[in-house]
Amino acid sequence: MRSFLRKLSHSIVDDNPVAVQLLGICSALAVTKTVATALVMSAALTAVLVASNGIISALRRVIPHSTRLVLQITIIATLVIVTDQIIAAFAPAMSRQLSVFVSLIITNCIVLGRAEAFAMSHGVGESLVDGLGNALGYGLLLTTVGAVRELLGAGALLGQRVLPLVQDGGWFEPLAILHLPPAGFFLIAGFVWLLQRTRRVAP
Amino acid sequence: MIDLFIRAAFVENLALAFFLGICTLLGGSRRVGTAAGLGVAITLVMVFTVPLNYLVFHGLLAPAAWTWAGMPELDLSHLSLICFIGLIAATVHVLELVLDRFFPALAQALGIFLPLITVNCAILGGSLFMVDRHYSLTESVVFALGSSVGWALAVMALAAIRERIDGPDRDEASRSQALVFVAIGVMSMGYLVFSGVQLA
Repeated sequence: MRSFLRKLSHSIVDDNPVAVQLLGICSALAVTKTVATALVMSAALTAVLVASNGIISALRRVIPHSTRLVLQITIIATLVIVTDQIIAAFAPAMSRQLSVFVSLIITNCIVLGRAEAFAMSHGVGESLVDGLGNALGYGLLLTTVGAVRELLGAGALLGQRVLPLVQDGGWFEPLAILHLPPAGFFLIAGFVWLLQRTRRVAP
Repeated sequence: MIDLFIRAAFVENLALAFFLGICTLLGGSRRVGTAAGLGVAITLVMVFTVPLNYLVFHGLLAPAAWTWAGMPELDLSHLSLICFIGLIAATVHVLELVLDRFFPALAQALGIFLPLITVNCAILGGSLFMVDRHYSLTESVVFALGSSVGWALAVMALAAIRERIDGPDRDEASRSQALVFVAIGVMSMGYLVFSGVQLA
């Protein structure tokens, strides 16, 4: 159990897929305007990454080396289609907001990167833990960035008013820049700096 | 048409407004030369795959595409993802063979970038946006050209900035990847200016 937790926290903090390995940044920036979209996106990625790591690891002795990329992509694409259809069926409004970004999980480098770097050479159990850890690291970062952008950009969290706006007689003036693309880059820059700094200090 | 081209290249730049292809943008922007090669590769692949995916989507997958065969209610659009990525992978492979045969110098220069483009989200994103925004065939060609040229310009500009940052006396801070993100953020802010551009 302890080694399970240590592995999990290793891939969440020390080896965070987004801020340290610099993978999967595209979607991390695009869907973080609000906490809700960030959470749904993280859940979708968690499902795909854990399942793809598990399946690819189980098939690792069968997959021939020369055609492995095609097979990996096919497995991942199938999982993404299923996830996309589930979101579209149960949360159509959310599916429209995320537009093409759930589909783009196929080309999210975290999924293919972990399949190639970990699942192809480790057992099923380890690969599941690795997938879960990386997905949680991605989700944690996404949700934090989403929270900052929604709180300062609209004075709300998960659609609930937290800071009273000036236009409603409160004191908070929303910062419009947080709704624009550059804010995503700046916030990720901050996290990259923070995580790489703490990692260097710690042994 | 020019309006669509300008909008795809600058106002709705895939890299700086939609965050697509950032992984490649980070990896391929250390030197201006590599960035230019990457830009050419992206443009080539994009211009082929978006119209091809248009034909596949509207000929085989869209709702009612099979009406002529007596199956009007058949809707295969949920298969579009797997078809698009397969077609992109195939196009990249064919392009690699053709370049290797007829333009060996260019193939040598592009090297590893061409196969890596298969998993570039800008390429797949281009095809998905084409379906999402209901472009026609000519519009999809123009859109592919505009957005890939815009992406290529962005990666070359970023490479130029990074070459300056990494000057001769580079210290710890300037090598930090965080700084690259700040640089992209500033570029993205600059591109916001284009959103005020109005074309008749």
